[in-house]
Amino acid sequence: MLLSAEGLTVRLGGTEVLKDVSMGIEPGEIVTILGPNGSGKSTLLRALLGMVPADAGRVTRVAGLRIGYVPQKLAIDPSLPLTVRRFLSLPHRVDDAEAEAALHRVGLEGAGLKPVSGLSGGQLQRVMLARAMLGKPGLLVLDEPTQGLDQPGEAAFYRLIADVRKETGAAVLMVSHDLHVVMAASDRVICLNHHICCEGTPRVVSAAPEYRALFGLGTQGALALYQHRHDHSHDDVHGHHHDHDHEGHSHAG
Amino acid sequence: MLDDFLIRAGLAGVGVSLATGPLGSFVLWRRMAYFGDATAHAAILGVALALATDLPVPFGTLAVAVVMAVTVATLAARGWAVDTTLGVLSHGALALGLVAISFVHGVHTSLEAYLFGDILAVSKGDLAYIWGGAVLVLGLLAWRWQALLTSTVNADLAQADGINPDRERLILTLALAVVVAVALKVVGALLIAAMLVIPAAAARALSRGPEQMAALASGIGALACLLGLGLSLWKDTPAGPSIVTAAAGLFAMAALFGRMRRH
Repeated sequence: MLLSAEGLTVRLGGTEVLKDVSMGIEPGEIVTILGPNGSGKSTLLRALLGMVPADAGRVTRVAGLRIGYVPQKLAIDPSLPLTVRRFLSLPHRVDDAEAEAALHRVGLEGAGLKPVSGLSGGQLQRVMLARAMLGKPGLLVLDEPTQGLDQPGEAAFYRLIADVRKETGAAVLMVSHDLHVVMAASDRVICLNHHICCEGTPRVVSAAPEYRALFGLGTQGALALYQHRHDHSHDDVHGHHHDHDHEGHSHAG
Repeated sequence: MLDDFLIRAGLAGVGVSLATGPLGSFVLWRRMAYFGDATAHAAILGVALALATDLPVPFGTLAVAVVMAVTVATLAARGWAVDTTLGVLSHGALALGLVAISFVHGVHTSLEAYLFGDILAVSKGDLAYIWGGAVLVLGLLAWRWQALLTSTVNADLAQADGINPDRERLILTLALAVVVAVALKVVGALLIAAMLVIPAAAARALSRGPEQMAALASGIGALACLLGLGLSLWKDTPAGPSIVTAAAGLFAMAALFGRMRRH
C-alpha cells in the first residue's frame, strides 16, 4: 500500500463528514472515489493528504512517497502575473528542458509564456498535471480533474492520465462525481457517501445495488452507458482512431 | 555624506522602498491591503507606549504592530468576519493611540510627524533602524520566496508539497509589522498601506512575472520617495502625503503605458 486509511472519521463543524472509512491504494493502481455532491469525497482526499486532521482512525503512507497533487481549481488573483513556465517551477525550480518536456507530455508544447490566468479550463488542468508530474510522484492525486470540461475533453483527459500511469508507473487517486467515463478509466472504484458504500472493479460496482441507490439510476441505463464507455476504452488501447477526434475537441475547449 | 539631511531623507525612502516592493506585491496578491492599514494604525499606539516608557520609538511600534498583526491573522484564520474585525481593531487602535499620546507627549513632540511622516528629520539612528529592518525583511522574503509564492498561488497545492501555509502567512505577517515600524518615520501611519499597495499596483501593469513585479515595485517606490521629497522641499508640503501623491502619479502613468503596450 502506498497510502491507506484505517477507520478514518472526520468531523467538520460538528457534522460527521467521514465515518469509519478504510481504504488504500497500491503502486500503479488507478482508484476513483465516486460519490454525489456533499458526500465527503474531497474531505477524504484532503484527510489522506494530511490537510484535514482525523478525529478518529489514521492515515499511513509509505516512507518517502512523493505525491503530485492537482487541486480542483486554481483561482489566481489577477494582480499576480504568472506564466505557465513560472508556475511549473513552484515550489521546486525546474530547468527549461524539463518544463518543455512536461508541457509536451500534456499536449501544450510552447505554452510556457502564456499567463496562467488566460488558459481555458482544460488547458489549466493539463498544466497542473504537468506541474504535478515534474515532482516525479509515486502517487498522483486529482480532485475532480474534469470539472467544467465537455465530454470529449473529459475522455481525452482520462486517457492522458492512463498514459501517464503506463509511462511512469505512478498510482493515481481521483475524486469524481461523474459516473461513466471515469469508471472506464479506473482499476478500482470506491463509492462514498460519508462511509464506503461499495468498492471494486468498475464492472462490479456499476452492478452493485448500493451504487444504483446512491446515484438513483434505473437498472438498464447506467449499465448500458457504462458498457458503452468500457468498450470504447478498449478500442483506444488497440488503435488510436477515436483518440484523435477527442484530442481535437479538447484543444478547442 | 550622511550629515546632509537631504541625503539621509533620500536613503530612508530608498531603504523603505526596498522592503515595501516585494512585501507590497504579496499584500496585493493575497488581498491583505486592509490588513496593512490595521497594522499601521496600531503603530500609533506603539508610539504612545514608547514615549511613556522612554523606549526608542521603533521598538514600541514594532511590539504593538506584531501584536496587532498576529491578532488579526489569528482571528481571520478562525473564520471571524474579517472586515468587521479589522475595522474595529484598526480604527480603535488608531484612536486609542492618539488619545494615549495626548497624555504622555510634551510640547516638543509633533503628532503630525507620526501620522504623516517626517522624512526630512531622519537621523543617523533612524537610518540604521530603517536599513536594518529593510534588509531583515528582504532576507526573510528571499529565503522563503518559493514557499511563499506557492502558498499564495494555492494553499492546498503548497500543503501537498510539504509547505505549511500557516507558517508562511505568519512570516508575511511579521515582515509586515517590521515594515510598519520602520516606515512610520518616512510616510507616517496613515499612509504606510499606500506605500505597500500603490508601487506594487503600478508595477503590476508592467510585469510578466512575480519577481519582476516585486523588483519594479521597489524601484517605483524609491522613485516616488525621491519625487515626493522634492515636492516637500520645494512647496513645503507634508512629506508622507507628497510621496504617496508621487506614487499615485507613477501608478497612473504605468497603467496608461501598460494599456497602450497591450493594444
